[in-house]
Amino acid sequence: MSRPQYILLPANSIFIGMTLLVAFLLNVQAWGRTVGVPDFVALALIFWGIHQPRRAGIGLAFCMGLLMDVNDATLFGENALAYTLLSYLAITIHRRVLFFRLPQQSAHVLLLLLLTQGVQCLVQYVVNGRTPGWLFFLESFVAAALWPLVTWLLLAPQRRAVNKDENRPI
Amino acid sequence: MEYNPPPLFRQGVPAFLKMAFFASLSVALLVADSRWHVLQPVRQVLNAVMYPLQRAALLPRDAAVSAADYFSSLTTLQNEIKELKQRQIENSQVLQQTQALAGENAHLRKILATRERLTAKSVVAEILFDARDVFTRKIVLNRGTQDGVLRGQPVIDENGVVGQVTRVFAMTAEVTLLTDKNQAIPVQVVRNGLRTVVYGRGNSGLLDMRFLAANADIQVGDTLVTSGIDGVYPLGLSVAKVIKIDSGAAAALGGIVCQPLAGMDRNRHLLILLVDMNIQPRPAPDETSEKQGRKRHRAASASVVSQQEGAK
Repeated sequence: MSRPQYILLPANSIFIGMTLLVAFLLNVQAWGRTVGVPDFVALALIFWGIHQPRRAGIGLAFCMGLLMDVNDATLFGENALAYTLLSYLAITIHRRVLFFRLPQQSAHVLLLLLLTQGVQCLVQYVVNGRTPGWLFFLESFVAAALWPLVTWLLLAPQRRAVNKDENRPI
Repeated sequence: MEYNPPPLFRQGVPAFLKMAFFASLSVALLVADSRWHVLQPVRQVLNAVMYPLQRAALLPRDAAVSAADYFSSLTTLQNEIKELKQRQIENSQVLQQTQALAGENAHLRKILATRERLTAKSVVAEILFDARDVFTRKIVLNRGTQDGVLRGQPVIDENGVVGQVTRVFAMTAEVTLLTDKNQAIPVQVVRNGLRTVVYGRGNSGLLDMRFLAANADIQVGDTLVTSGIDGVYPLGLSVAKVIKIDSGAAAALGGIVCQPLAGMDRNRHLLILLVDMNIQPRPAPDETSEKQGRKRHRAASASVVSQQEGAK
């Protein structure tokens, strides 16, 4: 049995910008050392990398990474490098991933997020010789679990009908 | 009819090329920041741009905190008042003693004709947020160069030293806590004046005392204060208390564990000491004396060899 494939409205650039801004504001919250808080910016970048690879490109990911570096007081370029690779991989797999169901998509996303965190760890280890505990990787799992919700939320504006008609089947 | 030359890339720059470009740019930035420390101006600009965003992001939290304060019950407030009054009485006693001691101290110092210690100027700062980075222990305060904060100045709370300012922006400052793995502070044991250095332990929130002689006189419960010999921390600020001393093999690897006295994770307001940061530069190594030393060393080894040959 084949699943229905919806025809979506074109994505709004302003909406993409707004979601990235909201993700950034969520990341900037005073989370402190709470374990398992997902990286909302990474999640938003993956989402737009998969759904709109032509709009949200690698350059945007790099800039968001720089902003996160300044806010997190980390080394300049650590998050930028991680987000660049993340965005590239998201764009590479974007044709394939969308054919899977949401839980399977989550698994793909989890892999990308773990890779991002791996890059962050590696950079810190090479520069400072520091390693985080295993719990550090918990945030990737939380973020991957949020994927269906994120998909539902961020695709909602594109699912609207152009002109509402109660009698039309779709 | 006009013709354009065919485009070099049919669909824009390929993703792989873009990724390679930005990744190498990031690595270049990483190296520039970690090895040469040249990106401070860029950071300043980006931080100034982001400051309103950061404040806006923290608004909901601040509102929630103030609402919670507002609705906190009468009994809690009464209890708090009672407790504060009690503490006020205790403090006033200590204050009187301190005043008496300060007078006595000033008198003694005049007798010794030593120069009087300057009481450093200070500024109260509020913690904006903990830096979201599991690798370090840093907090961000709402004071910056506009308030006269400089890099390297110590930050304290009412119980002791909290950390040191490691990066300053126009309106904010990053403070590395004492418990950060790369942070060290020169201290002195109050009981016997032994000078040493304690290091942060990272995530456990404790401090380590390393490189001490096996017979050094340290006991559990000893209070450590800043020794003031580094020119950064003023003399006599409380730092930590010794809570555990390992004996045997572990002691050789630095088995003295200290608990910081300041509330590392509890306070919202801290005090930045506006210490003058014009530290004298380290004297250049004297080349001639070094050469002489080497010659002497060579001469000494030669004499040892000749003695050995003589013995044969």
